[in-house]
Amino acid sequence: MSDKAANDAKTWFTPFNVISGTIIIIGIVITILRFTRGLGAVTNLSDNNPWGIWIGFDLLVGVALAAGGYVTSAAVYIFGMKKYHSAVRPAVLTGFLGYALVVVALNYDVGIPWRLPYPFIYQGTTSFLFEVAACVALYLTVLFLEFMPAPLEWLGLKKVRELAVKLTMVLTVLGVIISTLHQSSLGAIFLIAPSKLHPLWYSPYLPTFFFISSIIAGLSMVIFESTLSHHYFADKMDEVHIKENEGVTLGFGKAASLVLAGYFMIKIIGIAGGNNWNLLGTSYGLWFLVELLGFVALPSFLYAVGVRNKDLTLIKWTAVWTVLGVVINRLNVSLIAFNWQLPSSQRYFPSWMEIAISVFVVTVGIVVFRFIVTRMPVFYEHPDYKDKH
Amino acid sequence: MSISRRKFLGWIGAAGIGSTVGKSALASGNKHFEGYPGSFGVLHDISRCVGCRSCEAACNKVNDLPVPDKAFTDISVLDEKRRTTSKAYTVVNRYDVAGKKEPVFRKNQCNHCLEPACASVCFVRAFKKTPTGAVTYDPNVCVGCRYCMIACPFEIPAYEYNKALEPRVMKCTMCYPRISKGQLPGCVEACPVEALTFGKREDLLMIARERIRKYPDRYINHIYGETEMGGTNWLYISGVAFSDIGMREDLGVTPAPELTSGALAAVPVVAGLWPVLLMGIYAISKRKESISQQEIEDAVRAVSDKADSELAQALAKARKEQEAAVRKEVRKALEEAARSRDKEDI
Repeated sequence: MSDKAANDAKTWFTPFNVISGTIIIIGIVITILRFTRGLGAVTNLSDNNPWGIWIGFDLLVGVALAAGGYVTSAAVYIFGMKKYHSAVRPAVLTGFLGYALVVVALNYDVGIPWRLPYPFIYQGTTSFLFEVAACVALYLTVLFLEFMPAPLEWLGLKKVRELAVKLTMVLTVLGVIISTLHQSSLGAIFLIAPSKLHPLWYSPYLPTFFFISSIIAGLSMVIFESTLSHHYFADKMDEVHIKENEGVTLGFGKAASLVLAGYFMIKIIGIAGGNNWNLLGTSYGLWFLVELLGFVALPSFLYAVGVRNKDLTLIKWTAVWTVLGVVINRLNVSLIAFNWQLPSSQRYFPSWMEIAISVFVVTVGIVVFRFIVTRMPVFYEHPDYKDKH
Repeated sequence: MSISRRKFLGWIGAAGIGSTVGKSALASGNKHFEGYPGSFGVLHDISRCVGCRSCEAACNKVNDLPVPDKAFTDISVLDEKRRTTSKAYTVVNRYDVAGKKEPVFRKNQCNHCLEPACASVCFVRAFKKTPTGAVTYDPNVCVGCRYCMIACPFEIPAYEYNKALEPRVMKCTMCYPRISKGQLPGCVEACPVEALTFGKREDLLMIARERIRKYPDRYINHIYGETEMGGTNWLYISGVAFSDIGMREDLGVTPAPELTSGALAAVPVVAGLWPVLLMGIYAISKRKESISQQEIEDAVRAVSDKADSELAQALAKARKEQEAAVRKEVRKALEEAARSRDKEDI
C-alpha cells in the first residue's frame, strides 16, 4: 500500500466513521421501507399497542434527556450561577439537537408526517399532545435562537451576533416556561388512560413527576456529556472550560442529589395518594421498587457521597446511572407498565427495524454534534468575543 | 374626555354580560353532561345474541370494508377472541361462562361515549361527538398520531398500519350517514333475533330497565354503558357478569375529559406565573450580585481611605521632621557663621 493510500485510509476509515456510516446506511434503507410500505412493514405496532419505542424512547426519553439546555441556562442566567457559564453552550447545543431529532423521529412515527403542522390549524386544545406539539415547536425555535451566537461567531457576523446575545435573557425565561409545560405535558398525556397504565405508575401527579425528573435528567446529562466531551474533544476546549468543569460536575451533582431526594418523596406521596402499597408485593411492584430504590434513592445517595468526598469519578458514573433511570422510567410509563393487563401474547416488543431507526436517529445526532463542536466555538470562547456575555 | 356615569355603567354592564357569554374553558364544575337530548343509541341484549355474525357481514357491506379471509358464515372464527380492526368495525366473540350450559355471545364495536376520550385527546379535532349520538372521524385532518387508540378505554379505534399513503383510523360510526337519512345502522337492520335495538338513548334505558324488571332471572341488574366512562350511547344488558364476557367493570364513571381537565387548567397558570417567578429570582440574584459588588467596593474604599490618611499623616510627620531638621541645620549653620565672624572680629 502506498503512503498516500494509507493516509487516505487514516482520514476516512476511522472506527467512528465506519460504525456511524454503517448505521446511517441501514437507517436510510429502513427509512425508504417505512415511507413506501407503511408502518406495518417495519414496526411491531398493533391496534392494542399503537405507540412503540419511537414514542417511548425517541419522544419521551429524547425530550427528557434534552432538558440540559433549559436547566443549565436557567442556572446560569436566571439563578446567576456564572461559574457554570462554560457549560451553557454545549448544553444548549445538545438540547437543540435533541429536540430536532425528536421532530425527525416523529416523522417516522405518525401516519401522515406532512400533516404534522395541522395541530396549529385545527387546534385540538383539549389534548395534551397539542400542548406538547405547540411547546416542542416553540422550544425548538427558542433553542435555535439561543444557540445562534456560536454559529454567528464562527461565521464572523458580529452585528447579528450582538442582537442574538441581547435576546439571551428573554429566551432563557421563555425556555424555562415552555420546558415546564411540555416536560410535564408528556406525563400528562397518560392521564387519560387510568385503565391501561399500571396503578403504581399512573398518578394524578404524572405531570409533576415528569417535570421534576426532567430536571434530574438535564443535570445528569450535562455531567455525562461533559465527561464524554472531555474524553473526545479535549483539544477543542479552552482553559476556562477545562478549569470550570470540575465545578460544574460538583455543583450539578449536588443539585441532582437534592432534586432526586425531592423526587423520591413525591413518588412515595404518589403511592400513598393512590393507596397502592399492597401492589408493591406483586411482580410489577418489585419492578417499581427497582426503579424507585435503585434508580432514584441510590443515585441521590451516591451523588451526595461523591460531592462530599469530591469524588468526580463516582459523580460521573452516578450521572450515567441516573440517565439510565430516567430512560427506564419513561419506558415503564409508555410501554412496560402500559397495557399491563393484556395477555403476554398481545404485548409489544419492538422489531429490530424500530430499534435500528432509534439508533440511527441518535447516531445522526452524534455526527452532527461532532461536526459542530469541531468547527464552532462551543467548548471555547471565540478569541474575538472574550468576556462579552 | 369625560366619562358620564351612564356610559361607565353601560361599559361595566357590557363587560359583565360579555364574561357570561361563551363557553367555560374549564371542564370541572358541578354540571354533568348527560348527552345530547334525543341522541340515538343501540341497546345490545346479550342474552338474545346467537353469534350468527350477520351484523358483522352487514357492517362490512354498508361500510365498504375489504372482504375478510374467512366468510361471515364461518363460525370457526369464534374460537378465538377478536378485537375490532381496520377491516372490521364490529366483531362478535363467544364466551364460555362457568355455570352456563350455553355459550354467551357478545358484539363489540365503538360504544359512542357521551364524552369520548378519542375526541378529547385528538389534537386536530378529527373526532366529533355529533348531536345524533354518533362519534365521527374526519380522515382529512388526521395526522396519524394514534393518541385516540391510547386513550380509548374500550380499545376500539384501529389503524391502517399497512398503508403507506394516508392511513386512517378506523372505527364504527354508528352508521352516521345512514342514521342521518333516517335508516337503521347496518348491524341493527341485519340482526335476525332482535338482540340489537336502535332508538333514542333515553327510551333504550327505559326498555332495558323494563326487561330487567320483568325478567329478573334472565338479567343481572346493571345496564352497561349507562354510567361507564360517564355514559355511552351504546348500551348492554346481560344474563352474566359483564367481566365474564370481556367487558371491563373497573372503568369508573368519570368522563374521559375530566381525567385531564385539572392538569390542563394548570397550563395557563404556569404560563401566567412563571415569568413573574423567574424574573423575580433573576432580580434577586442580580441584586445579591450588585450588593456584594457594592460591599467589595466599600471595603476596598475603606481600606484605601485608611491607607491614604495614614500615608498623609506619615508624610506630614516626615515633612515636619524634615523641616525641623532643616531648621536645626540652618540654625546650626547660622550660629557657626556668627561664631566665626566673632572670631574674625577679635
